[in-house]
Amino acid sequence: MNTKPKVIIIGAGFTGCALAYDLTLRGCEVIVLERGDIANGTSGRTHGLLHSGGRYCVSDQEAASECIQENILLRKISKQCIEFNGGLFIAMDESDMAYSEHFASGAEKCGIPIERLSKEQIIKLEPNITPEVIFGYSIPDGSFDPLRLAMGFAASAVVHHAQFFTYHEVVGFVINGTAKLSAVEVINRHSGEKQVFECDLCINATGAWAGKVSEMAGITVPVLPTPGVMVSYGQRVTQRVINRLCKPDDGDIIIPQRRMSVIGTTSFEVENADYIPIEKEQVEKMNQRAAKLVPLLKNVPTRGVYMSARPLIGGSSSGRSLSRTFKCYDHKESDGFEGFVTITGGKATTCRVMAEKTADLVCKKLGVSAKCETQERVLADYHEYYPFN
Amino acid sequence: MSEPKWLVDFQILRQHPGDKPHFKIYPLEVDPEENVLDAIERIWAKKDRTLTFRHACHHSTCGVCGMRVNGVEKLTCITAIKSVTKNGGIVRVEPLRNFTVLSDLVVDMGPFFRHMGETRFNSVAPVGYASLPFEPDPTNSIPLERLVDCIECGLCISACPAATTNAEYSGPAALAAIQLMLTQNFSPDLMALADHDNGAWRCHSAFECSEVCPSNVDPAWRIMNLRRRVVAHRFKSLFKFPKQEKQHA
Repeated sequence: MNTKPKVIIIGAGFTGCALAYDLTLRGCEVIVLERGDIANGTSGRTHGLLHSGGRYCVSDQEAASECIQENILLRKISKQCIEFNGGLFIAMDESDMAYSEHFASGAEKCGIPIERLSKEQIIKLEPNITPEVIFGYSIPDGSFDPLRLAMGFAASAVVHHAQFFTYHEVVGFVINGTAKLSAVEVINRHSGEKQVFECDLCINATGAWAGKVSEMAGITVPVLPTPGVMVSYGQRVTQRVINRLCKPDDGDIIIPQRRMSVIGTTSFEVENADYIPIEKEQVEKMNQRAAKLVPLLKNVPTRGVYMSARPLIGGSSSGRSLSRTFKCYDHKESDGFEGFVTITGGKATTCRVMAEKTADLVCKKLGVSAKCETQERVLADYHEYYPFN
Repeated sequence: MSEPKWLVDFQILRQHPGDKPHFKIYPLEVDPEENVLDAIERIWAKKDRTLTFRHACHHSTCGVCGMRVNGVEKLTCITAIKSVTKNGGIVRVEPLRNFTVLSDLVVDMGPFFRHMGETRFNSVAPVGYASLPFEPDPTNSIPLERLVDCIECGLCISACPAATTNAEYSGPAALAAIQLMLTQNFSPDLMALADHDNGAWRCHSAFECSEVCPSNVDPAWRIMNLRRRVVAHRFKSLFKFPKQEKQHA
């Protein structure tokens, strides 16, 4: 008899894909429901920075340690879609120089390998960097292809028999008695037909939309979509990721990708993340910031401009912090509602460990004793996602 | 901002299983600078939640949002509205050709990705290999690598007349991928994947693929180069003395 616990994951972003993979390996029967295609929301629209942890090693060392560990791990399991050219943090004024001491000691504490470089060394490595650079550090940053990273996890899940139902929009939940979720109602957006998927447990992995989805179960999750603008330019002006050596700020990072360079980002709050208009003032600000780091960008035409809505978790929330970078709500604990878990926050670099920690919690609830296996296995070829699903 | 808005008619080909395909018209106020995909996303968000389309990165690295815009294959996230119409004009949007349509603008990428997967196409290559061979290498630095140009968008398949007449054809993207892989590493398996009726020899040299490619792959050039490699390989095989077998005989 097949007694595999049946888990439904709503959302096929980084979180949903990595979680589907982890839970499938642990012996769960996994169904992923997604209203669009893979990574059509926040995940697809990230800037593609594979963090080394350098950006957090002063402000949040727990997050920074997590980043460098996952960075090293992804180099092994997801080589296929990541550029590992490293990154530079560059100091351009006195305030940057003052920050550099905190940066260097923070990096050491978090286990991030850095190397101090002189102005000449930096210009030799990256001739297009501003001559205003004073000194800097090299750091093991990278950049990834957002869609293909998500697809790598999704492909690894489907070759182990997870099922992805894309273009299936969740419209409601079937609730047993008063407080147990037993099935999910969806509309198949290709055919327009309504379908019901039964499950033992449902995980809401919809990121910036987590509040909207949980609302359908009558539950409040305090998630606020906080978009930021990103601008891509039609020329690859550096081979490495360029960070300003300062506290994380608007437009302080340039990420090379294919023949492009991407600069990010700003941050503001919106009510609904379905459509976020692009503000020209923000684009202009990015243009100015980009040219400050790499003056050549003044003359490079923009190629794409886009908004990505990060899920910001409300301050007084009752969710459990499985890590500093993301939050998991077991609604049994927070709302007395069984069979429903919400996971939100996090970043692409740490999506695997986020899935691992969430799967630990989910498996405990379901009585599954299998341990996580995703640290060591190389992901399946991302091309296998479509043919296998 | 202060610049004037345009009023444009978006004519989108709608189709669901069992329905007859038909164009639905959405009049839309747009900024001429914004991209076609932004407008389509706005139509979905504000006007018609049943519209289905594919999108992910919105900056031309994922290759998902390929469509036909006014009859020409475009990566819609980087196609400015002003480049395809005028104020008061029409933007006609259809799904890619030579793919099975699942609904509206969504096509089935399964067979295409199977072809691409067979080439063992790697999305990352050393910088020296990632560009076309006649382009200057900006780095001279061997350990550097980058994501290669092909974003597997399928525009080349949609524009290819040979793909229209033969569903078994590997297609420009997969052949370009084989050529790219061969430049890095010779493999007899890759040769075999290129050297057959539905491989490099099916191409009619229409060059439409390179015309629509949004990402500098130049599949037509790569297919021609691949043919030269295939012929050279065949020629070499003719004169190869089967040493090992000879010794055992």
